[in-house]
Amino acid sequence: MRSGRVYSETVIYSAPEAFVNEAPYQTAIVTLDDGGRVTARIAGERVAIDDCVVEVEGRDDVPFFRKAAGAPPTA
Amino acid sequence: MRAVAVIGAGKTRFGAFPDRDLRSLAVEAGEKALHDAALPPERVESFYLGNFSGPAFVGQNHLAPFVSTALGINGVPATRIEAACASSGSAFFHAWAEVAAGIADVVMVVGVEKMTSQTTARVSEILAEAGDCSGEMKAGNTFASLFAMIARRHMHDFGTKKEHLAAVAVKNHANGALNPDAHMRKVITLEQALNGKPVADPLNIYDCSLISDGAAAVILAPLERAEEFTDRAVRVLGIAQASDFVALDQKEDITTFPAVRRAAQKAYQMAGVSPDEIEFAELHDCFTIAEIVASEDLGFCGRGEGGPYAFEGCTSLHGARPVNASGGLKSKGHPVGATGAAQIFDLVQQIRCEAGERQVQRHSVGLAENLGGSGATCVVSILGKA
Repeated sequence: MRSGRVYSETVIYSAPEAFVNEAPYQTAIVTLDDGGRVTARIAGERVAIDDCVVEVEGRDDVPFFRKAAGAPPTA
Repeated sequence: MRAVAVIGAGKTRFGAFPDRDLRSLAVEAGEKALHDAALPPERVESFYLGNFSGPAFVGQNHLAPFVSTALGINGVPATRIEAACASSGSAFFHAWAEVAAGIADVVMVVGVEKMTSQTTARVSEILAEAGDCSGEMKAGNTFASLFAMIARRHMHDFGTKKEHLAAVAVKNHANGALNPDAHMRKVITLEQALNGKPVADPLNIYDCSLISDGAAAVILAPLERAEEFTDRAVRVLGIAQASDFVALDQKEDITTFPAVRRAAQKAYQMAGVSPDEIEFAELHDCFTIAEIVASEDLGFCGRGEGGPYAFEGCTSLHGARPVNASGGLKSKGHPVGATGAAQIFDLVQQIRCEAGERQVQRHSVGLAENLGGSGATCVVSILGKA
């Protein structure tokens, strides 16, 4: 699974129609350790810019990331 | 290339108009522009319609001849331009190009959007189609959340504060309160602006522009023929359109809009002016952070300084360089396909000294910046006295 750092994030309260029942939820742009960026949903604990995150299960082709537990900051 | 002038401009009020349909709004703006130029419709040689999503908002496509024929303009090329929220800015750019190139002499641009017949959640979904629906939008983002991520990163990199964002909202609401055609004529305090209902952190309801119905229209002609139509012509000094990635995650740095920088550079060069010579501006404040980033990308202030620049009052109605004297998208309203043409209308009004209570003091050179999506399209127009 991919890992990376949070480049930016937001918590969405006013959701589009298809996501209304899930609000509030967090999305982020993640800079991947292997290069490139991806827009993802954040599972579990809220994250902040520069937090290390790892990919967890995807849903409907949408990548989900979670805060890396106790992991040292990646280079 | 021929010099081009705006010979007529017209605009509807912006707001929520349950009794009005898309075509009637477009026709009202168009007729006002024709009247302003004292021009019969049959003299229009080419017609451009800026519209983002008539098909999704009201279930009507093939909109350019649908509107032009209702205005009595028939037989000529009628072309719809879609470039998200920069649709009618782009339509204006293409109309200008046609006149500048000598293909046609009298060209009309109408921008229109009818949004309020849909729920806010559905509007968010339709607007999201201007983002990358295979990635960022599939993850549940909205335009507010994309701009929220821009704001977060801007705060992280430059120390921009929520108070800076709120100052943009307070200023634009104060200006909009003086605009009889604005959607929301309501003065707000900094405290109110800081404590609105959250939309996407760090943006709240006061950081977001309005969902509106409305239309605006302008008519262009070669500068050398402008006197045939009006003694109040306004000259297009410089104009450019530029593009960039649609998806925010493809951009190297989301705290700046390369398309704004590129379009501005070309427009400044064509006009032969520097950013310092711009006396007033209408900037695309779809969200408060967008006005802050635009003022940096246009060279009104340094990189990262847009927050304090807005907060210190430089951009207020009586500041050194008023920004969004009309109230901006924030208070005037944001019927997305109409916004670019409405910005041109606002510049024309100011340059002709017809802006009433919100008239800016120095009004010979004004700039409009019309942004599509999260920066994938930008049109910068610089207008001045003919």
